[in-house]
Amino acid sequence: MKRDYFDDVRLARTGAARLWLAILFVALAVTPFLASPFLLYTLNLMAVNVIVAIGLNILVGYTGQISLGHAGFVAIGAYTSVLLVSRLGVPFPIALLAAGFLSASIGFLLGLPALRLEGPYLAIATLGFGMATTVVIGRTALFGGHMGLVVPPVRIGPLDLSSDRGIYAITVSTAVILALMARNLMRSRTGRAFQAIRDSDIAAQMAGVDLARYKTLSFAISAFYAGIAGGLWAIVLGFINPGMFNFIVSVLFLAMVVAGGLGTIAGPIAGAILITFLNLQAAKVQTLPLIGPLLEGFSRQFMTVGGLPNVTWILTGLILILIVVLEPMGLYGLWIRTKIYWKTWPF
Amino acid sequence: MLEQVLISGLAYGSIYALMGLAMAIVYKTSSVANFAQGEMATISTYVAWVILVSHGAPFHFAFAGALAVAAAIGIVLEFAFVRRAKQPTVLNLMIITLGFQMILYGFAGWRWGADQKRLQLPISDREVFRFGENTISHLSLATILIAAVLMLAVYLFFQFTRWGTALRATQQNRNAARIHGVPVNRVMAGAFALSAMVGAVAGMLVAPVTTLDPTMMWDPLLKGFAAAVLGGLTSLPGVIIGGYLLGIIENLFGAYISVEFKSVVAFAIIVIVLCVRPSGLMGRHYVRKV
Repeated sequence: MKRDYFDDVRLARTGAARLWLAILFVALAVTPFLASPFLLYTLNLMAVNVIVAIGLNILVGYTGQISLGHAGFVAIGAYTSVLLVSRLGVPFPIALLAAGFLSASIGFLLGLPALRLEGPYLAIATLGFGMATTVVIGRTALFGGHMGLVVPPVRIGPLDLSSDRGIYAITVSTAVILALMARNLMRSRTGRAFQAIRDSDIAAQMAGVDLARYKTLSFAISAFYAGIAGGLWAIVLGFINPGMFNFIVSVLFLAMVVAGGLGTIAGPIAGAILITFLNLQAAKVQTLPLIGPLLEGFSRQFMTVGGLPNVTWILTGLILILIVVLEPMGLYGLWIRTKIYWKTWPF
Repeated sequence: MLEQVLISGLAYGSIYALMGLAMAIVYKTSSVANFAQGEMATISTYVAWVILVSHGAPFHFAFAGALAVAAAIGIVLEFAFVRRAKQPTVLNLMIITLGFQMILYGFAGWRWGADQKRLQLPISDREVFRFGENTISHLSLATILIAAVLMLAVYLFFQFTRWGTALRATQQNRNAARIHGVPVNRVMAGAFALSAMVGAVAGMLVAPVTTLDPTMMWDPLLKGFAAAVLGGLTSLPGVIIGGYLLGIIENLFGAYISVEFKSVVAFAIIVIVLCVRPSGLMGRHYVRKV
């Protein structure tokens, strides 16, 4: 039974929830010793995308501000951490944090004009930010231009963590920590201020929420998550170039949040996992049983076989539209509805 | 030198003005910021290319075919997706257009591959007219003229036709228009079709200068938005002036300051305009009731 507000928002409210959380953590800890390298790589990518999605959701889902330029923040994080490690020899954890904070301060700056904007104007401004970032990076010699940079091996102290398992340890633990942080933040005064702004900024202002402070703060936190994710993305992939952070990637991040469910923590995690999975499967869609040969035949007849991996965009786009049209709360809403349905089963 | 820069600025500006106009038509009618505009134009341009290359048809057939496909795509977007939104908030409508953009992007990549194609117009971009010290390529001149004629046509359509009047009525007040017997839903679909056709013309004028590939319209899309923001999203003449201004400012920046960072100008203009005058040069600022 829920007695008050704080009881309602507790992380693990019941014994069963605590048990499931414990099982999840054990499973996450055991996985690297059982999984194949490709599965580990997949999980690493998922963890990185989970971080971006949680951060973006703080901005879009909780504060109600849209961003179509999150790939720009990810790019800033990736380049900062790689350059700090390779040029200045900064230890990786410090470089990663620096990437997060640099990205956050740029997010704060972008949040300033956002104070006066809403809806489409904000989307346009952030879209411009994302595109401008990749142009600047692509044209600057320090950043390796269009060829990009090779990521140096990851070392923490005497440990060499460049193997898939080492990277898994870094990405997944960071993702877990950041998810818990986001969850706690949303239970705090700050989180409630964000949600008040989302529901009605005018009403929030009347109730004493400092709009300027909390809107820029939301941008900064969201950009911090994206920056950290950028630093991790670089070590997962092993190289970075400006083309990896384009407009469609920003939309993909938004798709993860929307597909999972705006304004929840579990939602974006599920959305990021689902969309990353679809993306990776689409890249090798020809090798899949049943659909693979079917799609290949269809492509040979009407489309091009080389362009077949593009089905991932079509699928993601359809998911985006269907979510908005059918189930605005996304996967999280589906889950809640299923839970309620089974709660009273068989009655 | 300066005149030369201004001329090429006008040619680029014509394209931005067309893209901005396409977005403003939809935004004014339905308050949807259409992020699929670029991809819609890309697909239409591919259609023109297919008609020209695979079927060897003369150019005016390709042009008409592309316009027809553009109109169809616009109507599909409105009828199948935008109209079906459960909660038509600004965010949800935007997400729908972003999803549609992804679908079209994926389709273009699947159907035609990522390699760059060349759209050959019957107007050359190599041959030039000379006057005094300045030159202008046939294509640039044609771009400026076609854009101007098209904008004039859109203006006349809005002012003097039955459909144009219905569109303006829907823009002013949807419910009042409906009460007066305007078929609002059909008018909205018409607005999407019209804007898609304007965008398609922009696409066909851009493709010979750059190349034809699935990402070709990303840059013009952003520039079109910048033009629309600069002029005011709610004012059609404002958007057109914004487009020309953006083209000229961008080219001046490229000629006198830095060619490499030319594309950043659009973002800078968006931020500056939104900070100084959020409603744009000619737009009216909306007032929200609590």
